[in-house]
Amino acid sequence: MSLKAFKRALWVYHLNTGSCNGCDIEILAVLTPRYDVERFGIRLVGSPRHADVLLVTGPVIKQMVPRVKRIYEQTPDPKLVMVVGNCGIEGGVFYESYNLAGPVDQIIPVDVYVPGCPPRPEAIIHGVAMAWVKLEKAEQGVR
Amino acid sequence: MMLEETKKATYTIPVGPIHPALKEPIRLALTVDGEEIVDVDIFVGHVHRGIEWLGMNRNNPIQSIYVSERICGICNICHPFAFVMAVEHATGITPPPRAEYIRTIIAEMERIHSHLLWAGVAAHEIGFDTIFYLTWRVREEIMDLIEYVTGNRVTKAMFQIGGVRRDITEEQFPRIRQSLDYYKSLFDQLKRVFLDDKTIQMRTKNVGILKKEDALKLLTVGPSGRASGVPKDVRQNQPYAAYADLDIKVTTPDILTGTVVGDVYDRIIVRLLEVKQAIEIIEQCLEKMPPGPILAQPKTALLLKTLTKAEGEGIGRAEAPRGEVVHYVRLEAGQSTLATWKVRAPTYVNLMSAPTILKGMQIADVPIAFASLDPCLSCTNRIVVTDRATGQKSVTDYEELHRLSVEKTRKLQR
Repeated sequence: MSLKAFKRALWVYHLNTGSCNGCDIEILAVLTPRYDVERFGIRLVGSPRHADVLLVTGPVIKQMVPRVKRIYEQTPDPKLVMVVGNCGIEGGVFYESYNLAGPVDQIIPVDVYVPGCPPRPEAIIHGVAMAWVKLEKAEQGVR
Repeated sequence: MMLEETKKATYTIPVGPIHPALKEPIRLALTVDGEEIVDVDIFVGHVHRGIEWLGMNRNNPIQSIYVSERICGICNICHPFAFVMAVEHATGITPPPRAEYIRTIIAEMERIHSHLLWAGVAAHEIGFDTIFYLTWRVREEIMDLIEYVTGNRVTKAMFQIGGVRRDITEEQFPRIRQSLDYYKSLFDQLKRVFLDDKTIQMRTKNVGILKKEDALKLLTVGPSGRASGVPKDVRQNQPYAAYADLDIKVTTPDILTGTVVGDVYDRIIVRLLEVKQAIEIIEQCLEKMPPGPILAQPKTALLLKTLTKAEGEGIGRAEAPRGEVVHYVRLEAGQSTLATWKVRAPTYVNLMSAPTILKGMQIADVPIAFASLDPCLSCTNRIVVTDRATGQKSVTDYEELHRLSVEKTRKLQR
């Protein structure tokens, strides 16, 4: 994909639903100088109300279910949900555990999946770029 | 009279579980009187994934190594390290000496990456994002080295019961030394940035003090305890792996400043000095590493057979970047899974120090003071049982109550 596709800034909100930190530190690594996604206008925001994309990590723990739903509802439309890491996609190494409320897509609708345990920073950037394309298409469909 | 009035005026601020100042889900209930914190209550359990249960019901001990790696994405060397040591203790398998050195090298690489990560996050918590970016740029070098040595950036999958899965060869030494030299050349700059900067000094000196008596009483471990002057370090007190052959001394802040205050600034000093110490340990290991095999039993099927037949219990202790991590396992003959697996992560004990540290401080100091303990919550969340009989607060929400109510109705209908 060419760089001209980034017509505007994409703000992401990071939601940890019980992840082991592996994906979370890779998400931070994506923001810092080596990978530096801020040059594309992608930045991490402190509130879901400011976000275009929800970055969800972790297999949703039972205690987190109402919080995940609430955060999803707080994010303004059009929005996208991106799952980072295997455990959010299908449970990963924790798939049979008693305290999981299932993968993320059983709680809230998911648009982009980034597999890996944890995914490489390049894969996360690629995922955000895919999310951007989808968001653009959704907006065109609305108009 | 005045005191009575102010006591009534206290207000409880809930923080979390999802909050921009927290990297992981935890709920803090801060009782405040104006700007001052009077009391702190901590609620955990938002990251409980039932890992011990998986090891006792689903996985065989070799598979459990990889689950133990996912207890925490930051300390994913020390958990499998303590776990394999516990299984080795229980079964009597002895890893070859070369494997012990390789284990030590990667454990120290993890310490460098973890402390740099912490330093960046701490700078971010006081709003000094320039240093956050600088530290994380510097940290990428050790991530590259870890990837070069182990094949992966985060989850390393290096451990096996009775050894390690990858060797560090002679050809790899120059690349490792190159990275270590890079950090040695940067150390003075990092020291200047973190210890001489006026902003950092203002925000961290005399903030979040934990006195030595309190640290001893609350069993604070790791750099947080050492910053309060408690000379506790598993690597020195009960050497494991190759640490007995190496020259290691407990790092306390008085090495640099001459005094121990026990504040956030002292915790920065300890972690910075430990980065330097880790570099020296890796260098010593590279020099002293003996030749030989890296696995006691290279055939996994045979190893698994031995583990299924084995009976006994064992304890593994390792010094994680955050403090002492203890794994306890019990094996029973004929059982393919572990009979018992218990993990005690350092943050579990360090969290008990958080109320002492936070009391009497301002709300704005909470992020840095809390972060100065380097809490790693994904290691900690292991308790799901809430004692409702004794009238303790239960953290059930509406949906959970609703589910329980529906279940009860179904039971009654039968």
